[in-house]
Amino acid sequence: MTLADAVAIVLFFGVTAYAIFGGADFGAGFWDLVAGGAERGERPRALIDHSIGPVWEANHVWLIFSLVVLWTAFAEAFASITLTLFVPLTLAAFGIVLRGSSFAFRKAVFRTRDQRNFGAAFALSSVLVPYCMGAVAGAIAAGRVPSGGKAGDPVTSWVNPTSIVGGVLAVTVCAYLSAVYLTWDAKRLDDPEMEAYFRRRSIGAGVAASVIEAVGIVVFYADARYLFDGLVSRALPLVILSGLCGIGSLVLLVRRANHGARLLSVGAVASVVVGWGVAQWPYLLPESLKVDQAAAPEGTLGAVLVVFALAAVIILPSLALLYVLDQKSLLPGEGVEAGPAPGD
Amino acid sequence: MLSDLLTPLAVNPLPWARAQMAFTLAFHIILVPLGVSWAAMALIANYRGIKHDDADALLLAQRWSKYMAVTFAVGAVTGTVLTFEFGLLWPKFMGRWGDAFGVPFALEGLFFFTEAIFVAIYIYGWRRLKPWPHFWTGIPIVIAGIGGSVSVIAANAWMNQPQGFTLNSAGEIIEVDPLAVIFNKAMPLEAAHMVVAAYIVGGFLVASVYAFGMLRGRNDRYHRIGFIIPFTVAAIAVPIQMGVGDQLARWVYQNEPEKFAAIELVPKTSDNVPETLLGRLNADVTKVEGGISIPGLASILSDPSTGTGTVVQGRDAFPEDEQPTVRQANTVHLAWDVMVGLGTFLFLLSAWYALSWLFRRDYPRSKWFLRIGSISGILAVITMEAGWVVTEVGRQPWIVRNYMKVEDAATGNTGVWITFLAVVGIYSVVGVTTILVLRGMSRRFREEAGDDETDVPYGPSARPEEVGAR
Repeated sequence: MTLADAVAIVLFFGVTAYAIFGGADFGAGFWDLVAGGAERGERPRALIDHSIGPVWEANHVWLIFSLVVLWTAFAEAFASITLTLFVPLTLAAFGIVLRGSSFAFRKAVFRTRDQRNFGAAFALSSVLVPYCMGAVAGAIAAGRVPSGGKAGDPVTSWVNPTSIVGGVLAVTVCAYLSAVYLTWDAKRLDDPEMEAYFRRRSIGAGVAASVIEAVGIVVFYADARYLFDGLVSRALPLVILSGLCGIGSLVLLVRRANHGARLLSVGAVASVVVGWGVAQWPYLLPESLKVDQAAAPEGTLGAVLVVFALAAVIILPSLALLYVLDQKSLLPGEGVEAGPAPGD
Repeated sequence: MLSDLLTPLAVNPLPWARAQMAFTLAFHIILVPLGVSWAAMALIANYRGIKHDDADALLLAQRWSKYMAVTFAVGAVTGTVLTFEFGLLWPKFMGRWGDAFGVPFALEGLFFFTEAIFVAIYIYGWRRLKPWPHFWTGIPIVIAGIGGSVSVIAANAWMNQPQGFTLNSAGEIIEVDPLAVIFNKAMPLEAAHMVVAAYIVGGFLVASVYAFGMLRGRNDRYHRIGFIIPFTVAAIAVPIQMGVGDQLARWVYQNEPEKFAAIELVPKTSDNVPETLLGRLNADVTKVEGGISIPGLASILSDPSTGTGTVVQGRDAFPEDEQPTVRQANTVHLAWDVMVGLGTFLFLLSAWYALSWLFRRDYPRSKWFLRIGSISGILAVITMEAGWVVTEVGRQPWIVRNYMKVEDAATGNTGVWITFLAVVGIYSVVGVTTILVLRGMSRRFREEAGDDETDVPYGPSARPEEVGAR
């Protein structure tokens, strides 16, 4: 394995982590969007707030991590992607601003009208961003991003069958992951009603995601042949693994084994994302730019790997601390909302 | 095709890309000081609160952490936009230089991660974590804030002093020395300048809110501590900044003479160069018009050892297309005057405060002190923005000094003017809303504590409408 291969694996590690952690936060926004009016949606929204409040910013950093690794180690790929996919990436950036700020604002205001407006901005952008990201992934996978400083088509590069499948799949997968996590959180917080509410939704979203994946395979056959060939050869084990995990998680959901369902849903999504990477190997931009062609000089690659090693030592334990504290309900809310503040 | 229909909307992207980058950076840089220094100030209050059983200080720390939750979120997402923009607006720059320019950002990612994790633990941990462990979860935020800004500034400094790479004959990077990239020549002083600025701006911004409150008659101990802690932090940082800034200016004189010629508005190389306050270059770049000229001062400041005999290189020493244009030079010079002028003013304000502590063990009780204190935050922000204009406009026309010009780095996408307008619209809404939300929080805190008579004491409260069992 060359240094470039190792860094490409680091990159996909980041992308996968973003899909699993950041994706679930976006999915929560989807459920927020469809939770209904202020009264009906009150309890699911409260659970969503409670559930993603402490963790979404840390989860969001995986995106920064992935982008930074991409532009540092594979600068040409980054430049080509941003040059061609200007529109969906700009939309995603706007969506990220709206989602993050409106989520923070919603928690800080108390009037229903304000909460509703910020909530709507949060929820709509939570759907927009994964759609755009999925469309970008589709565009890359289908070979619509040329390298070498040429821009691909500004419109059809991301409005095409593979990109649409990618976008819809991303939204659905986020919703699925999120519903599974929320089922778990509801159980943890002793809220059987919400547990059932999100269990139904996680099963629905899981089934929808499988259908879209199946449709996707057919679409890829027609529209993204290199990806298709990779999926049915190199990446086939991962495709099968993803299917098994997905089915397993649905079975466990029905049987109310929330913990196992959560692990399997992560496995299902992770193997799809990794499968994408394996399917288009050795290309970063299929049939136009290979990993080793795009790779930075060794000094840079070494630096990225050193930073990744530092991250493994510093960030992973810190993240674990955050999640453990969160799961133990030691991070219940900002400040000391419940009860009188000391000094009052 | 759709793309053909859009052709009439095609506009040269360069000025728009510049404008968008400048606007989004100018916005984000206001949130940076809060991200870097507010946690430190909250921890000072937190420490007092636990150590000295000071309920007011503890309450301050809690409320500050709730405000921080909002400013940190907005800072995080506007920072993310910059990450996208490096590629969206400057793909040729990133494609060619990402190998080197990206290295400091990889480190920054590490710090940002740490910051995001511990900000969450600190903000959400008040209720259930024990006081001292909770206090300690705030320390990584302070370290990561400093480390993160040093990393980002290292990347900016690299654009001023590109080094740590080898090019082949085609101009492509074939070798990178990551440490030489990070620790480039401009990095130590530039990074120090920004970190200290973050403490100054953060300190004055937070203090100005409480100065305003005290002017409005909220003269309780809570407000006094809320003023004293951040103002003291800023007042300690200001004299340090005078020293760092002075060093940095001399460093620019030695290492980036074309930028220095713009800063000091020097048309011709000579000794005995005057320091001109305000003023501008005339059209044929022969002399400086207007302004107040202090004979010999620029020479003396550039190298005190040779005094007025110090030779300062003027605009005639550099090719016209390798230095800022006359208009840009005038902008740099004006921004420089604003930075130094306001910086000096804030220094005098800090000195007033220090003398009052020295002789009376109290902050100045003059109404004028509070009045100036209540605008010190805005003045500090303007000072910082002006400093940023000096370094960025002063680097023109280069994006990577002596290697790549800004015009060669921009995207070819002709729709950038649209995204620029959209960015301005979205950011304006986000900016105004941030301020309104913070104000609303402050008002609600006062209502909850019942310590405010200026707000409607009767009438319907905002609380009954509250949704959610958060």
